[in-house]
Amino acid sequence: MKNNKTARSYLVNTLVIAAAFILFQVLTGLFGSEGDFKLVLVPSLWQCCYLILLAASLNLVLGFLGQLSLGHCGFMAIGAYTAALISLACERAGVFTDKAGLVYILIIFGCIIAAGLLAAVTGLLVGIPALRLKGDYLAIITLGFGMIIVNVINNLPFCGQDGLSQGSAAASLYKTGLGFGSKAKVTYLWIALVVTILCLTLMFMFVRSKYGRAIRAIKDDEIAASASGINVSSYKVLTFTYSAFFAGVAGALYACANSSLSTSSFAFTNAGILNSTFVVVMVVLGGMGSLTGSIVAAVIMFFVNYQIANGSWVAALPPFLNGVFKYPMLVYAVVLVIVIIFRPRGIFGTYEFSLTRLPEDVKKARARRAAAKAERKEAVSHG
Amino acid sequence: MAENKVPVLETKKLGINFGGLKAVSDFNIQIYEGELRGLIGPNGAGKTTVFNMLTGVYEPTEGTVLLNGVPLNGKKTHQFVAAGIARTFQNIRLFGQMSVIENVKVAFTKDVKYNLLDASLRTRKFWKAEREMTDKAMELLSIFGLEDAAELPASSLPYGRQRKLEIARALATDMKVLLLDEPAAGMNPTETAELLDCINTIRNRFGIAILLIEHDMSLVMNVCERIKVIDYGVTIADGLPEEIASNPRVIAAYLGE
Repeated sequence: MKNNKTARSYLVNTLVIAAAFILFQVLTGLFGSEGDFKLVLVPSLWQCCYLILLAASLNLVLGFLGQLSLGHCGFMAIGAYTAALISLACERAGVFTDKAGLVYILIIFGCIIAAGLLAAVTGLLVGIPALRLKGDYLAIITLGFGMIIVNVINNLPFCGQDGLSQGSAAASLYKTGLGFGSKAKVTYLWIALVVTILCLTLMFMFVRSKYGRAIRAIKDDEIAASASGINVSSYKVLTFTYSAFFAGVAGALYACANSSLSTSSFAFTNAGILNSTFVVVMVVLGGMGSLTGSIVAAVIMFFVNYQIANGSWVAALPPFLNGVFKYPMLVYAVVLVIVIIFRPRGIFGTYEFSLTRLPEDVKKARARRAAAKAERKEAVSHG
Repeated sequence: MAENKVPVLETKKLGINFGGLKAVSDFNIQIYEGELRGLIGPNGAGKTTVFNMLTGVYEPTEGTVLLNGVPLNGKKTHQFVAAGIARTFQNIRLFGQMSVIENVKVAFTKDVKYNLLDASLRTRKFWKAEREMTDKAMELLSIFGLEDAAELPASSLPYGRQRKLEIARALATDMKVLLLDEPAAGMNPTETAELLDCINTIRNRFGIAILLIEHDMSLVMNVCERIKVIDYGVTIADGLPEEIASNPRVIAAYLGE
């Protein structure tokens, strides 16, 4: 009986996702040529997709495994450069000439998978030595590895400063390799959505299996976990590698969404949206240990970032306030502090959204709120 | 106990130094299947250090630990568990944020056969393994009367039940020797009596060897077949409970000379 229930919830989820997807495609078809849709909404969705993947993948390490890693963007950089270089190479070898057709789509997916795999291999190589450390020390060493990765890419002759990020090579990514223009972004939006949904599903499956149980046990108590027969270090490395894979995929989506790549956008000192602390903020905001939270937080942080950069209300602010928004990192820090004060466990805590369980959850939440209210009333009447 | 049988757990001249301090030295013990051994000693005698050596947390500086005659030198904690030595902790260590049943399931992890691909694709193998795990976990919980609390977070259980859950989790690792580190610490007499029942039940049911550290003398004297006493890391007595109770060296160690 229980099995039936699971099967039904899978069916419901698949149907809902499929329906939402078809609806979206229809809407895309209707509005595809409109200005705002093409120039604002679609690029935003692309950005949200890779931010969601980035936050969710870091959540595996930070939220479920409980290890602070500050080098997550390094893996994303590896993914982005891998995808870009492979696509450029394919184009130069004449595998595809225009950005259409089955071959091109296959190449895109090939690039995405290759990006994930290379990032995972790097994650493995970084994880084996780094995960011997804990807490602050791990944070520092991953921060260092993140910077090393970016510097290595910078100094490789075929990418980095003289490669993809400057001059003709930058333009070539847009004209030839992946790098979609605004029109191609609309056409291939489905790729971003499908890849994101697939990766999120894989992460959910990982969390809800013996692997998820083992890493949550490690987070709660490492000594007890090893006393329960769990090989703590191998599970840590596995999770780190798995997480790096999805960061790499996020990087590949980033490469698709941009006409040029520059290592400075992945650097730790980058004040924009793509630095490893920003990803940590997203995870903490959403709730460490909730993939749902990561998804929501990624969208929220994207919106905050977008408003800071493009919102007309920012320009209308008095100058002394306006100045604050010149330093987006400051705003993220304030957001983080506010979250920590009012919801120390993040927006969602460890709660996961589920379509089939939704009515139940709502009922429970109502009951809880009513109980809290009654308690408060009682406290007041006693006082 | 037949003397020609191989002991389940045996230590030979086990000892450890921390810097210049000899915490435990020349610790020899043989535990046979189905036997319940007590290990007592005053505070700081080195009892928990012995446990830590028996579970691979500390690497002994001398001597060996043998399980069914196989030496376990240089292995890590999880390998000790895989070999068949499970333990509980003096200060309860549960996975507080996980549910009661998940706490038990974690201990099954090492024996679960499916891999990452099975988990990602939710294959038949995955479902079968997960179902079996749930059934086995519920069975274990029902032995300890915890089945009604299966979905509650482990940290919400009262102290006595947390102890039981910890023992259930240790049993779930499918071990041959169970090491209990002061299971009755902080319990009231009723809870201690319940625990005693528990220990007897699992002994009869699983036929495992148990090594028990305890301060509660009534518990030790009641359930243990043989008792070993250590003080300052040195064995000062080993024998039947009656012998121990009247041993002048033990009395001196506990009450002061």
